[in-house]
Amino acid sequence: MTEVPTLEVRNLRTHFFTRAGVVKAVDDVSFTVPRGKVLGLVGESGSGKSVTGFSVMGLVDPPGRIVSGQILFKGQDLTQLSDEEMRQLRGNRIAMIFQDPMMTLNPVLRVDTQMIETVLAHEKVPEEEARRRARDALGMVGIPSPDERLKSYPHQFSGGMRQRVAIAIALLHRPDLIVADEPTTALDVTIQGQILAEVQKLAATTGTSLIWITHDLSVVAGLADDIAVMYAGKIVEQGDVGEVLDSPLHPYTHGLIGSVPSRNRRGEPLRQIPGMTPSLLSLAPGCAFRARCPRAADDCGVMPELSEWRPARLARCHHPHLETAEQAA
Amino acid sequence: MSEVIDQHAPRVFSDTETPMVELRGVSRRFAKKLDVAAKLARRLGADVKEEIVHAVDKVDLRVRKGEVVGLVGESGCGKSTLGRIVAGILPQSDGQVFWNGKDVATLAGAEARDAKLKRQMIFQDPYASLNPRMRVADIVGEAPQVHGLVKRGGFDEYVDEQMRRAGLDPAFKRRYPHQFSGGQRQRIGIARALAVQPEFIVCDEAVAALDVSIQAQILNLFMRLRRELDLTYLFISHDLGVVEHLSDRVVIMYLGRVVEEAPTDRVFKAPNHPYTRSLLDSVPRIENRKRAFAVVKGEIPSPLNPPPGCHFHPRCPLAFDRCRVEVPKLREVAPGHRSACHLNDAA
Repeated sequence: MTEVPTLEVRNLRTHFFTRAGVVKAVDDVSFTVPRGKVLGLVGESGSGKSVTGFSVMGLVDPPGRIVSGQILFKGQDLTQLSDEEMRQLRGNRIAMIFQDPMMTLNPVLRVDTQMIETVLAHEKVPEEEARRRARDALGMVGIPSPDERLKSYPHQFSGGMRQRVAIAIALLHRPDLIVADEPTTALDVTIQGQILAEVQKLAATTGTSLIWITHDLSVVAGLADDIAVMYAGKIVEQGDVGEVLDSPLHPYTHGLIGSVPSRNRRGEPLRQIPGMTPSLLSLAPGCAFRARCPRAADDCGVMPELSEWRPARLARCHHPHLETAEQAA
Repeated sequence: MSEVIDQHAPRVFSDTETPMVELRGVSRRFAKKLDVAAKLARRLGADVKEEIVHAVDKVDLRVRKGEVVGLVGESGCGKSTLGRIVAGILPQSDGQVFWNGKDVATLAGAEARDAKLKRQMIFQDPYASLNPRMRVADIVGEAPQVHGLVKRGGFDEYVDEQMRRAGLDPAFKRRYPHQFSGGQRQRIGIARALAVQPEFIVCDEAVAALDVSIQAQILNLFMRLRRELDLTYLFISHDLGVVEHLSDRVVIMYLGRVVEEAPTDRVFKAPNHPYTRSLLDSVPRIENRKRAFAVVKGEIPSPLNPPPGCHFHPRCPLAFDRCRVEVPKLREVAPGHRSACHLNDAA
């Protein structure tokens, strides 16, 4: 029998009940993250990628709530847990890294206070032991002279260093799963490179599974094992990162990759996707990408299923780009 | 394929013609003024000094008519400050800015007004750069009306034309900015900049806040407008992919100084400066598969207290003694390719 995956999300639906109507931010999303693997969850703003992450963490606030579906963390359904049980897991076995490290860090507390608190919240250990772990975690994410830096306040760190501290806090309990929501988007390229290298090393050495939420395909290309592309609350394509990027099946993925400048000839117009992402409040029935899709036909008025067009290659489309997949094969 | 004439090849510009915009030795310093307590402390003999940031440090820059120059650098390198100086909305502390060969500071009257109007800027944040209380028609039409570019009778028509050109439906002109998406707001910013009929546009991270698919639309709009209106761009960005795609020439800044400038091909195929090289190595590319990310060591130093000598030396894998004391000069290493690195002297 195969190993139980670290995370298995089945038919997750997270809806927001607003005055203007029901926003189906996450609508029937399923994916699996095996142990030690990195899943890249890619999408544009409003695609539901962050809400998916928040749902896994149990951090969806009203008016939003998980309407249906299962979130199986090592076989245990997180949606059935009480708040207290979830709190035991969160920050311990499952951790999150946010885009803005100041969402994790308290500006008026020293870094050591915050880190030791995190250790003690989940484990009864002497304070010196907690401090030692905090220092080790800082060292692990590449912060120089961690002993001194422990005594600093968050504002005394640069943006990149703050993100490292946030990552160190996420690592304190050697979690089985980290949900990272655009953690390098606000950072400079050289700093982003450093952080990606650290994260890659950590995933490889500690066996931690990662969900890496981003809009940046190039980051995912170098980091992830698998990729799931979201559009308007649904996964539209899923598969091995190399295969998806080399021969995308869904026209949206195709368009997204095509609009990356380095994929185009210099100076030539970029292959753009026309139009813009639809409002989730007023989604027409059928495929949400239909209005922007060059391949749309009458049958797209019926929502396509996420089906396996190639071994382990899923796409939610009636007219996928099978010819490019053939060329690549 | 090589016999096909490449109409998309980067334009070649001669060095002899007068550049449209030229900066000579331009610096910009920001000082943090002392507060009352600090002033008092100083009067009592304490060693308190004003903190000065050299945001831009003796920069020379030339942009020729019709050219697209990409200005690249990480946060705090002074690229936005430089862009604002070029656009004429921020005065420099030292140095001269030339517009079509004339020192802007010496211009007066109609000429001065012209030099200002012909240089426009498009900003990064499509939320912060539009007045939320103004209707789109007024955001776009106010400046041309004030400057007498449009008569009262032709106002509506003029605004419609500006909006259409930026890819906006003129039917929306009575709306407010919050009723538009990020990409559309950026189009409003573009329409506003173009409404005063400029020749030179500074784009400061103009697509950084947009989603990938929308970013491509706006970049295509920039390129179409360049062709149609014969525009010249200074395109400021931290995104090397975007800059590579769009620019004829690239200028790279680090902590207030230009470290390298060259035609786009050269920068990406034969970068000279160690900083440029590490920058190129750090960029994640979609072509790369699961691989170890290259790493530049260290942090970007604080511009309040930059390292002496070459600013990059604490992070540079090739630094030697001279780099720690002497500031390297920008020198030509190939035609049109200049780099500020001491290693070029040794060769």
